[in-house]
Amino acid sequence: MAVTMEAAPAKSRSITAEFMKGLVRENPVFVQVLGMCPTLAVTTSVANGIGMGLATTFVLVFSALIASVIKRIVPNEVRIPIYAVIIATFVTIADLVLKAYFPPLSASLGPYVPLIVVNCIIMGRVEAFATRNAPGISVVDALGMGAGFTVSLMVLGAVREILGNGSILGFALFGDGFTPMLVMILPPGAFLTLGILMAIFNALKANREPVLIRT
Amino acid sequence: MTYLLTLISAIVVNNFVLTYFVGICPFIGVSKKIDSALSMGLAVTFVMTITAMVTWIINHYVLIAFGLPFLEYVSYIVVIASLVQFVEMFIKKTSPSLYKTLGIFLPLITTNCAILFVALIQAMRNLDFLTSVVQGFGAGVGFTLAIVIMAGIREQLELSDIPKPFQGAAITLIVAGILALAFMGFSGLTSA
Repeated sequence: MAVTMEAAPAKSRSITAEFMKGLVRENPVFVQVLGMCPTLAVTTSVANGIGMGLATTFVLVFSALIASVIKRIVPNEVRIPIYAVIIATFVTIADLVLKAYFPPLSASLGPYVPLIVVNCIIMGRVEAFATRNAPGISVVDALGMGAGFTVSLMVLGAVREILGNGSILGFALFGDGFTPMLVMILPPGAFLTLGILMAIFNALKANREPVLIRT
Repeated sequence: MTYLLTLISAIVVNNFVLTYFVGICPFIGVSKKIDSALSMGLAVTFVMTITAMVTWIINHYVLIAFGLPFLEYVSYIVVIASLVQFVEMFIKKTSPSLYKTLGIFLPLITTNCAILFVALIQAMRNLDFLTSVVQGFGAGVGFTLAIVIMAGIREQLELSDIPKPFQGAAITLIVAGILALAFMGFSGLTSA
């Protein structure tokens, strides 16, 4: 669990850089290894991955905004419970919206929607970024991290859906001769796929930056 | 007998870590040494059992009784956070030696999704009080079992020559995958 702490104020860096770091350099799933339960649990299909990614991004953006706005009036000792309540409130909103407008998606995500409350990406960004930076840049940071999370979930969901079900977004890809690897949509497949994807990500990253200079 | 089945089901068949993917953060983060893995497992089991009791009472006598189901997540997270704080203070006062082993793991438990998951599924499945307590305890034991096995494997992994891109979280996840595959052998043992 390598949580990258953002100690330096973000003013010196551009908005694009703040957004892009969530996608690759500080990708929440592949680099920081955060938010593992939804990552592994709901990525049996691409659609589930997108749904979970967007719901998490929604909660992340609004929690970061509120936490950043109220950072001066929150007493330091009770900040974690306060942030937890803020996050839980937005999760409740997301859950009710999903239940009302997207019942099939809500049913397939099941208990993992309420579990967004304890997704460490959200508490991590609120604690490490939003409470130290202005509201505007905190929202950009949250959007970047949310996008990085959503893309990671989509990739994972795509691999598992193609191999485990022979389809992508519900459309069958192969003919009748294809035997799906059922294990890929079962729990072990989640661990194996993420482990291998993470190794590929590491290898690509090592190729791109031959000299390791971080920040 | 039903309670025994619930217990076995929660420990091996529906192991929280390997089938529901909850509690993965500590499972990967605190599984480098068997000692600390065991302490983490004990702390989680302890808090999980108490959480199952307290959230059941809150769900039935406050949320359902007063028609406030939309407050479920907010109230559970507040209850869990304060419960962990309370347990920490209680252990610190009563048993300094236990506090030394469990101390640093307790704050981490607040953000452990497995704890919230226990509270959520007992409400979702409409379990009675005793079943949900047994399930909470069993889930904790199951977590301990998984994390201790994992720590044992990782102690051996330290000595092996792993390709660079696989080092760290990647190999841990692949090992977890194989472990999950092994645990699938238990499915069908109980119906629940």
